[in-house]
Amino acid sequence: MSLASDAVLIAKKDMRIEMRSRIVFAQVLPFGGIVLLLFAFALDTDRGVLPIVAPGLFWVTVTLSALLAVSRSFAIEAEHGALYALRLSGLDGAAIFLGKAAAIVLQLLVLEVVLATGVFVLYDVHVPGEAVLAVASVAVAATVAIAAIGTVYGVLVAGIRARETLVPLLVLPAVTPLLLAASRSFEYAIDNDLSTSLRWGSLVGVIASVCVMVGVVAFGPLLEES
Amino acid sequence: MSVVRLRNAVCLLGRFPALAGADLDVRAGEIVWLSGPNGAGKTTLLKLLAGLLQLHRGTATVLGIDLAIDRHTHRSSLAFAGHDTFAYDDLSVSENLGFAARAVGASQDAAANAATHFGLDDLAAVTHANLSAGQRKRLALAMAFARDADLILLDEPHAGLDLSGRELLDAELVRAATAGRTVIYSSHETDRAVGLNARTVRIVGGLAFQDALAEQSE
Repeated sequence: MSLASDAVLIAKKDMRIEMRSRIVFAQVLPFGGIVLLLFAFALDTDRGVLPIVAPGLFWVTVTLSALLAVSRSFAIEAEHGALYALRLSGLDGAAIFLGKAAAIVLQLLVLEVVLATGVFVLYDVHVPGEAVLAVASVAVAATVAIAAIGTVYGVLVAGIRARETLVPLLVLPAVTPLLLAASRSFEYAIDNDLSTSLRWGSLVGVIASVCVMVGVVAFGPLLEES
Repeated sequence: MSVVRLRNAVCLLGRFPALAGADLDVRAGEIVWLSGPNGAGKTTLLKLLAGLLQLHRGTATVLGIDLAIDRHTHRSSLAFAGHDTFAYDDLSVSENLGFAARAVGASQDAAANAATHFGLDDLAAVTHANLSAGQRKRLALAMAFARDADLILLDEPHAGLDLSGRELLDAELVRAATAGRTVIYSSHETDRAVGLNARTVRIVGGLAFQDALAEQSE
């Protein structure tokens, strides 16, 4: 089988499990909503602050939710020793990485649409019409990067009992530059400064490309050690 | 044709030599029974043959591949069933079998046949989470056989199966050997090995003693 068809096989398997268990949509999505709500309560004394800090709060919420999605993605592999089966399958490590990351990307994009709606309603944010495409592109690129970083660290700790606590410790520092760039890009897009927004967006794109390349190369050896 | 050839194979778990210089030869179409007490190194030997553990010293050739150089290439030609089921809780029996077969490029017919041979046809739509322990064991074995592999490695495959499950398994082992496939399995059940006409290899303290039981009985 080809790399693409192997990746699709893994992604479809992960999505089928998610559609059946609904862990991400039934638990992670409400979690993200609660975090957004808590931020709104915390900054409620000054309503003017919320639209200004909304991009940062949005990406922090997405990242926290992504940690749960990544943990879930590798919990299903560790539960009955399925990681052994993946190692024995003969599937290319790069294909497994791409498949698992793609499934996380799909789940996070759905989550982001719902969270973005929450941000518009709760934080009184308005995105200019001409900036919508830029915001959407940056969101996709940043989501790919978060999923790629999470997938690499997810397999790294998959065989460790304390993986749930290790994933945040490893992922959060790694995504910090990405969060800064994505938040800046969103801020300038909301201010209708598209050229500056796209410069930050380009940085997000570069980070996403590097993360995917690192994952493609590193996932196979990491899977062997998990 | 030699499918497995070990010479003075040493495998460490941490610093403990779980295999301490094992020699083993297995030919195509053989059924080999690994016997021995708990902690003797049977599971380690099977995992080494599957390429899941690193060879630290000695030589190990499986399906023509030198494991000291390459632990990956032969994996798509072997099947391994261990103590875990390697299945996903939220996938049904047929979905788990289908995934196991597709992952190695085996046909869906192989998956369907494996389900039939292990009496899982009526459970096709049931998720792994809702299976009993014995049914899960059947599924794990069916997933191994669905791979259409040349070398089948089974770690205590009879454990947890009821009588009909054991008979289905033994029939499948004989069918595999008749088709020229090689089966190596560990078990604590002597009577099943006699029925299978399996060659006995006794593992004690990380060492393999080939045909030990046969020699004792002579």
